[in-house]
Amino acid sequence: MCLAIPARVIEIHGDVAKVDFGEGVLREVNVALVEAKIDEYVLVHAGYAIQVIDRKEAEETLRLWNEILKLEEPNV
Amino acid sequence: MKELAGFRDPELAKQVAKHIRKLAPDYLTKFCHVCGTHEWTMTHFGLRSLLPKNVEVIAGPGCPVCVLPAAEIDEAVELALKGVTVATFGDVLRVPGSDLSLAEARAKGGDVRVVYGVGDAVKMAKEEPSREFAFFAIGFETTAPLTANEVLKGPPKNLSFLVSHRLIPPAMELLLGVGDLHIDGFIAPGHVSTIIGLKPYEVFPSAYRMPVVVAGFEPLDVLFAVDLLLRQLGDSVARLENEYGRVVRWEGNVKALKLISQVFDVVDGGWRGLGRLPSSALTLKDEFREWDARERHSVRVEVGRDLLPGCQCHLVMIGKIKPSECPLFMGACTPESPRGACMVSVEGTCRIWAKHGVKR
Ligand code: SF4
Repeated sequence: MCLAIPARVIEIHGDVAKVDFGEGVLREVNVALVEAKIDEYVLVHAGYAIQVIDRKEAEETLRLWNEILKLEEPNV
Repeated sequence: MKELAGFRDPELAKQVAKHIRKLAPDYLTKFCHVCGTHEWTMTHFGLRSLLPKNVEVIAGPGCPVCVLPAAEIDEAVELALKGVTVATFGDVLRVPGSDLSLAEARAKGGDVRVVYGVGDAVKMAKEEPSREFAFFAIGFETTAPLTANEVLKGPPKNLSFLVSHRLIPPAMELLLGVGDLHIDGFIAPGHVSTIIGLKPYEVFPSAYRMPVVVAGFEPLDVLFAVDLLLRQLGDSVARLENEYGRVVRWEGNVKALKLISQVFDVVDGGWRGLGRLPSSALTLKDEFREWDARERHSVRVEVGRDLLPGCQCHLVMIGKIKPSECPLFMGACTPESPRGACMVSVEGTCRIWAKHGVKR
């Protein structure tokens, strides 16, 4: 139910956007709850985009974990 | 999205698992998640097998279909039998009511239709203006703003809403009050948190000394959360941390929160087999009463039969027992012939375990 899937915004017409779920799966979703721009990724739940995904933050999270685990490696 | 692949990196997962083993204390530690999708990630990717024996992750009441009390299914059934077309999520159809499920109401001639979201229900109602429609609005904070948005936009006259939304933080508080259920930390649900942000969880570390980590749904998201919780235990602190920064902001989704507060009041709500929890449900504000299916069609059921004899769904939902500890699991109760809501919904713990062949 709370499942939400990332999709790339292709077109925006008011509250409705065409998004790409990958592998050619295109759908129209409601974007009234977010400030999405073309080419950004949004999280789609039950026909609505509920948030814009911060790709930099995603990279940053992974980078940090890789670093932390490496630093702590010698004592593992 | 290439960044997301990193959250499934098996090499990194191995390293985190190793780190978790290093951090694990020598006593039994139990973390509780509150989301059907977290249970799916845990089970599908076999994450429990990566954890040391004394670090357990249990499933709380995070399946919105499972927690619906029978009384509210009964209301939907009554609507359908009265000739109102009930539109709802596919997962709800086979959930047992006191006497009938919506699927059984359909077999008796009721018009019950499956939709992908509230937007479809609005579209259907517009296309068939001579029919009465009711959207059975279930789901947690993730789904509530979608309903709110359609209500505020001014839905078609022949559509009403059977609002059965529930809120997650009160359910987490309930778990802390369960006597012999010992929890050492919460893995908070990422998509509920996308909407509500972090603030509603502050009470857990501050008043209950209970660590909370908001987490996403890729395998590494969950492993990171377990690692962060173990660190907190090791440091003897209780903090609120956000592992899912790529989506969850401190303030949540402000637009969505505003919609929720414009359209709904917070009221007490029933949870299947668990009784009524204070301030745990949403209802339409008085000014939107004309859209309330309960008012418009005079259906209101106060009490129902939540559990068929033998079903322990309520205990599975609060993480007190595992599905395999229910004597009916995979005997009298299977995904093909479910006896309880937890075996019906794709987010129900019993069903997830059954579908993945988990035996204990
Ligand atoms: S296995 Fe079936 S009967 Fe047992 S608790 Fe789960 S849903 Fe209920």
